[in-house]
Amino acid sequence: MTALSALIRRDIRIALRVGGGALIGVLFFLTVVVLMPFAVGPDLALLSRLGPAILWLGALLASLLTLDRLFMADHEDGSLDLITMSRTPLELACAAKALAHWLAAGLPLIVATPVLGLLLNLDMVATGAVALTLLAGTPALTFTGMIGAALAVTLHRGGLLMAVLVLPLSIPVLIFGVAASQAVIVGPMSFGAPFSILCALSLVSLVIGPFAAAASLRHGLD
Amino acid sequence: MQLSGRGVICVRGGREVFAGLDFEAASGEAVAVVGRNGSGKTSLLRLIAGLLIPAGGTIALDGGDAELTLPEQCHYLGHRDALKPALSVAENLSFWADFLGGERLDAHESLATVGLDHATHLPAAFLSAGQRRRLSLARLLTVRRPVWLLDEPTTALDVAGQDMFGALMRDHLARGGLIIAATHMALGIESRELRIGAVA
Repeated sequence: MTALSALIRRDIRIALRVGGGALIGVLFFLTVVVLMPFAVGPDLALLSRLGPAILWLGALLASLLTLDRLFMADHEDGSLDLITMSRTPLELACAAKALAHWLAAGLPLIVATPVLGLLLNLDMVATGAVALTLLAGTPALTFTGMIGAALAVTLHRGGLLMAVLVLPLSIPVLIFGVAASQAVIVGPMSFGAPFSILCALSLVSLVIGPFAAAASLRHGLD
Repeated sequence: MQLSGRGVICVRGGREVFAGLDFEAASGEAVAVVGRNGSGKTSLLRLIAGLLIPAGGTIALDGGDAELTLPEQCHYLGHRDALKPALSVAENLSFWADFLGGERLDAHESLATVGLDHATHLPAAFLSAGQRRRLSLARLLTVRRPVWLLDEPTTALDVAGQDMFGALMRDHLARGGLIIAATHMALGIESRELRIGAVA
């Protein structure tokens, strides 16, 4: 446990320091959402209709933005070799790294959502619903994205490949995340069904993600 | 304790680097792996560390901790220092001490041994190449591992640093550890030579 908590603390610390990825994600999220009303125009009804989708898209892209460095940085400076050799199972180390990434880069997005909701003419209940669905759904984005990040290390290709691999996997999360938020705002369907599926997606990726990422890293040993 | 390899074959990128390599090293013994560039010195260390999969043959450690695999009993000091530029010297070292676990020494003491105790709060980004190497050596001291796999360990170290490192290696061997080092330069301690590839 000390090994895993050391890994989590180190990754969070690096993310929060100068040059770390935590702030980049939030700034990107902010930029996308702030620009959207200018692109859509001053139609308040339309904005609040599109609001949840815009927030979800922004959060999705922001969390992918920093995810491709999840293993790449450790690979480049040789840390990944020592992590692979250590007494901690690689699956648990992967899970710890993903958790640290979510705490440093995913959680700030959720905290920023209520503020950004104001810009999209979302009322308190709607913003709360979006924040809740993001809380339930962003772990799925991080843990499936981790598989792509591990493959990017294996194949020695960064950025673009990662987006191509991970975006299809994140589509179900996007669909049910937006569906659950819309259910609260416009109805008529229930909030429970899409929200349960969203939680299920997160739980499944929590289990599959670390194993798939570790398998990919082991296969790519070089 | 005895580390031995029998008929080890290494294939990288479809090319056979070396084949049928036999080697052994006992407690208290240092083996210097020599050979020209590209002969597979680093590959051999990575095979022992479990970071490459051998295409054939076996590598085993007899008399070590039966509960642990060979890589878990090794320290690997590669070309890359495994240091995070954003973290301070002390944070880098204490992370590896916590993460690698097992029996360990006081981190500050090992920093003093490698001559970095005046820079504990300096971010690793500001260290010189030689200082980075010294910090990596501090990891080897802080966490006890019986097998040291060293890849060009003396690169970037000044003369005083090489003497210090020689003393550290002698200590390690005296405690019953064993060292496999890939090197072009003299290791600075008594060692047996393992030549791989054709004679240059």
